Amino acid sequence: MNSIIVTAGARILVALLLVFSVFMLLRGHNLPGGGFIGGLLGATAFIVYAIACGTAEARKALRVSPEGLAMVGLGVALVAGLISALTGDPFFTGQWYWVGGDSYETAAFSINSVLVFDVGVYMVVFGGILSLILMLEEEL
Amino acid sequence: MEIVVSILIGLLFATAVYLMLARNFLRFLFGLILLSNAANLVIFAAGRMTEGAPALIPYGALTPDGEIANALPQALVLTAIVIGFGLFAFALVLAFQAYRSLGTLDSDEMRVAEPREEIAGEARE
Amino acid sequence: MSWYLAAPVAIPFVTAVLAFLLRNGPAGRWVSLAGSVALLVASGLLMAQVIEHGVIAGQMSNWEAPFGITLVADTLSAVMVVITAITGLATIVYGMGEIRPRIERLGYHALFHAMIAGVCGAFLTGDVFNLYVWFEVMLIASFGLLVIGGNKAQIDAGIKYVALNLVSTLAFLSGIGMLYGLTGTLNMADLHLAVQEVENQALVTVVAMLFMVGFGVKAAVFPLFFWLPAAYHTPSFSVSAVFAGLLTKVGVYALMRMFTLVFVGDVGFTHEILLWVSAATMLTGVLGAAAQSEFRKILSFHIISQIGYMTLGLALYTPLGLAGGVFYLVHHIIVKANLFLVAGVAQKAAGHNELARIGGLYKAAPFLGLLFIIPAFSLAGFPPLSGFWAKFVVVKASLELEYWFIAFVALLVGLLTIYSMTKIWAAAFWKPHPDGYEPKLSRIPPGDLWPMLLPIVALAVMTMIIGLFPEVFVQLAETAAVQLLDPTHYVETVLGEVAR
Repeated sequence: MNSIIVTAGARILVALLLVFSVFMLLRGHNLPGGGFIGGLLGATAFIVYAIACGTAEARKALRVSPEGLAMVGLGVALVAGLISALTGDPFFTGQWYWVGGDSYETAAFSINSVLVFDVGVYMVVFGGILSLILMLEEEL
Repeated sequence: MEIVVSILIGLLFATAVYLMLARNFLRFLFGLILLSNAANLVIFAAGRMTEGAPALIPYGALTPDGEIANALPQALVLTAIVIGFGLFAFALVLAFQAYRSLGTLDSDEMRVAEPREEIAGEARE
Repeated sequence: MSWYLAAPVAIPFVTAVLAFLLRNGPAGRWVSLAGSVALLVASGLLMAQVIEHGVIAGQMSNWEAPFGITLVADTLSAVMVVITAITGLATIVYGMGEIRPRIERLGYHALFHAMIAGVCGAFLTGDVFNLYVWFEVMLIASFGLLVIGGNKAQIDAGIKYVALNLVSTLAFLSGIGMLYGLTGTLNMADLHLAVQEVENQALVTVVAMLFMVGFGVKAAVFPLFFWLPAAYHTPSFSVSAVFAGLLTKVGVYALMRMFTLVFVGDVGFTHEILLWVSAATMLTGVLGAAAQSEFRKILSFHIISQIGYMTLGLALYTPLGLAGGVFYLVHHIIVKANLFLVAGVAQKAAGHNELARIGGLYKAAPFLGLLFIIPAFSLAGFPPLSGFWAKFVVVKASLELEYWFIAFVALLVGLLTIYSMTKIWAAAFWKPHPDGYEPKLSRIPPGDLWPMLLPIVALAVMTMIIGLFPEVFVQLAETAAVQLLDPTHYVETVLGEVAR
């Protein structure tokens, strides 16, 4: 689409959407949000960009292939499930390491496998939707 | 509330079946989307409906405060919606490909994989 | 314990991810092969555990049953996982000769292993909704495999396959919703108890019928099988072999699981329907095959007729009947996958798949003729091959219940099966090639030929082993049947930790 308003607006929108998608991803565990919503928002950002500047530009800005990203995401999510093998827990048991305390109330923050899983989901949704939309956009 | 939703489900099922009886694959797909929504609503209604009480636990508490909505159907429906989305996206791309390579969306005209007898007979000769 | 159960699901997924990332080089196929071997090892370990403990269960994510997702393996599940691993490995080896790098670059191996993960997940899960999720994983991957490469016939077949399978999925999903509404639980072991306490048992039967339709489409029983012969002859031979071997059996497995564990309140009604459906399935399948003249279409219709024997085992609902059904499942997966693989070699050597346009294969490759005869006779039920024992047990079980007509149909269908197999034999192997074209195995480059022949030989040997030493396998099937008919142990293993 060749409209200067859309192109100019898209740049701001894309940045905002991407930041918001990461925000949604990180707040996901205890508040509404998470990898799925985050991935959708992130994909929306690139779709807006593709509408404004064309799919070739969007693919260039993405740098990696969306299909590959989705598969890597699946791998990341699987790794989150496999981590629990190290502690002898069943598949996909959440692993939590509290930093500066020993529970949700006292710790400053935590390193956990649940977030790793959500990051994986984020990548799957992001990559999956983008590969589909970009392909349709190019073919139609 | 369940009654209203049940009637809605019935309407959706009826519309879906009507659409799916069409020979055009695209109409069939639209019917399928309605059917999928109907199935999701079945799950939602089966979990019983609670008005104005989201399935949230207050900050710091371990159990919910009073009666809240059943969270499980929401999770199930969300999963079903996501899966359905993936399937329909695939089906749509397939329909598009079919239109491009077969030149039709009429299921009666799709005869490449299953040629009519007389055509198969000609091919044999 | 739970890792034995998780491994058959996790390994194919890991393989799928790696194979996708390496799809542009030759490394992808070797990763895929290694993954298939690893899955076979994992399934063997699972089988050993099940033989030792009877039923094993694991609560994923440490959420106790019935709240979390439980993976359970009884004898039936374990056997099915082993046979899945065997078929997967055989097909991957075959694909090394058949699948071209162009298809591999499209992600063939990733889709293949994703489908295997879905199949294994469906066999191992102890949760109805999770079963739905695994069905979908399997379906999406199989859609991709069916149309990969994208020639006209494949897309045509894909439309029919996708459309009818989606409808069945939605019937299944609606059934799940209503079952949850009636009982408030989705864990199969918990459902076994909860369904008995539902006041309105008629409603349970209604829900059971929704499940029967949903699974029936997947299993391709009469009158819901039309997607199968429309689709299975179009993709590459590797894909159609693994579809023929595994996908419909997931539907049969799901029927066996749900209609022995959950929907047993009105056996007189539900299983009576299954009985007549089975008889009709056997007959229509075999008659459909008699009318066909294309190698893989004949075989596709035979899948349908054989499905009837398996559901018949379930419908009889006696230990012997179910044992026959389980034995039939195992035998059929091996034999049918093998026949599709043979069809692939035959097509490559003789140049076509339409029976009227090929011939002379026996003269050109007597060894291939032998490799066709073994699974073909096994399918028809010749002693001492595996199919004989499978049919023998099922027919004996129906005679014990004095279902003379059903037993007659089962025997008649066996006879008609021989007719179709002879038709293939006479047309493809005996008669001279109509175009004067000389079929030769050497038309296939030797680097492709050996990976294609190896799994055929291996599966043929397995058919003979099952046929010559049936006691072990019948015993295994009987253990599975006893566990299915008396699910107390299953329920206790799954819910035990809650009770304590």
